[in-house]
Amino acid sequence: MLAVVGYFEPWWIQILKAILIFAVGLQLVPVVLLAERKLLGRFQSRYGPNRVGPYGALQPLADILKLLTKEQSRPTTSVGLLFAIAPLISILTAVAAFAIIPFGDTQDIFGTKVGLYGIDVSIGPLYVFALGGIAFYGIMLGGWSSGSKYSFLGAMRGAAQLISYEVSQGLALVGVVITAQTLSLTGIVTAQKGMWYFIPQFFGFLVFLVAGFAETNRAPFDVTEADAELVGGYNTEYGGGGFASYYFAEYLNVLVVSGIVTTIFLGGWLMPFGIHPPGWVDPIVVLFKMSLITFLFIWIRATLPRLRYDQLMSFGWKVLLPLATVNTLVTAIVVVAVH
Amino acid sequence: MSDTPPKAEQATPDTTALKVEGWNPGDDVIEIVRSPDPGPGRATWRTFRETARGLLTTFGRFTETPVTVEYPEEKTPVYPRFRGRHKLHRFEDSGLEKCVGCSLCAAACPADCIRVVAAENTPENRVSAGERYAAVYEINLSRCIFCGYCEVACPFDAITMGHDYELSDYDRSDLIFTKEMLLAEPLERTPLRNEGE
Repeated sequence: MLAVVGYFEPWWIQILKAILIFAVGLQLVPVVLLAERKLLGRFQSRYGPNRVGPYGALQPLADILKLLTKEQSRPTTSVGLLFAIAPLISILTAVAAFAIIPFGDTQDIFGTKVGLYGIDVSIGPLYVFALGGIAFYGIMLGGWSSGSKYSFLGAMRGAAQLISYEVSQGLALVGVVITAQTLSLTGIVTAQKGMWYFIPQFFGFLVFLVAGFAETNRAPFDVTEADAELVGGYNTEYGGGGFASYYFAEYLNVLVVSGIVTTIFLGGWLMPFGIHPPGWVDPIVVLFKMSLITFLFIWIRATLPRLRYDQLMSFGWKVLLPLATVNTLVTAIVVVAVH
Repeated sequence: MSDTPPKAEQATPDTTALKVEGWNPGDDVIEIVRSPDPGPGRATWRTFRETARGLLTTFGRFTETPVTVEYPEEKTPVYPRFRGRHKLHRFEDSGLEKCVGCSLCAAACPADCIRVVAAENTPENRVSAGERYAAVYEINLSRCIFCGYCEVACPFDAITMGHDYELSDYDRSDLIFTKEMLLAEPLERTPLRNEGE
């Protein structure tokens, strides 16, 4: 047995739940896309898109329609099959990772108990890291199969970056797991009843956040794209639907990382000061916290310039990894000393 | 670059041949003084402080109103001496054209975009105040560089530069402005900047 998947709902509720979460998740992506463009505009003293629809609200729709109606093409040097499936891997893993974010406590709906999450696996963080590792194949294969040196360089940088940062990211979570004594994400949230983990695990929180920026290939760690040096990095040769898929996966990954940070460090659906709202408020609380983290993502992108590649590597190995290791060690010692 | 000399020649330049009074090669080489290595603690603090400073700066912009001018709805006013589309003028009292077809504007035009064909005024057909008038007066605005030399060259102030800068069109041939178009009262599409603005 690979992992214990905790479920107690009848099969039809599970299917409904899957469809609902999938639909909500997909609807959030255009919102983030628009929010990013509007906020980037405001951070630079301009309006951002405001022509399509009221306040530019239909801009993502226009973008996606434009991309999807474009001609499908690929370079003659590309490897056909891999070139086609690489964006799919990216988008599939992003969607699969979204399933694990808990949006609320177990609720009584229609007389049955329903957990407000896709699945609650007993290996929560490992599931996320596994999918993050597979998601990387999307970038890697896409860059390699394009048959372009820029794409290939972008993919190679992506590989090195992922290896460097996923170690720290994993170690940053070990502290939380030791404290909560569970790997289930709902378990981690309920363990935060007394205090949200971003206070006792502050360094873990910082390391995880920074590594999360690297994981989603966003500024200031977007060396895989690096428009200035690599044209567009791994997605240089993609246009139309393939590019749209990569774009979509990027923003869904932002949401996933926001969701994981919310769940693990910001207390998930818990309200501060011991307020216990009715159950239907839980998803709103989670979405609010997620939007705060997403705002931080966009804010950082508007502020920090891209790191040079060697700076990125030395920062990952010389700063983040020792910090995460020390954090884990100290947490372990404290937990042993207290119990 | 195939015509660059080989590296060996560059490495040992013949300074005696280049000897100039008061100039000694090597004098202007400055040693770059770098600040001392801040050490890990201070470097971390600096990184955090500068990042926070950057974040505060962008957040300051976020709270401000955008400075964008939303062009088609909102137009930047032009200065009174702005050089936009040309205008031809008439005398206000008699209604006669000021242009006498002397072609000085065409001669002054560096882009060669003005074409003037002059004709004689007759008592039955008096068009301008002078002896002759411009039978054809065309400005090809797709070639005009808006230098204003035509305006300067004109002895009768018959041609001046207006304020209209919205001159795009779908067809090149539509950008050849004839005399009638230049004489016609232009649409006031561009706001004029007020005194002291």
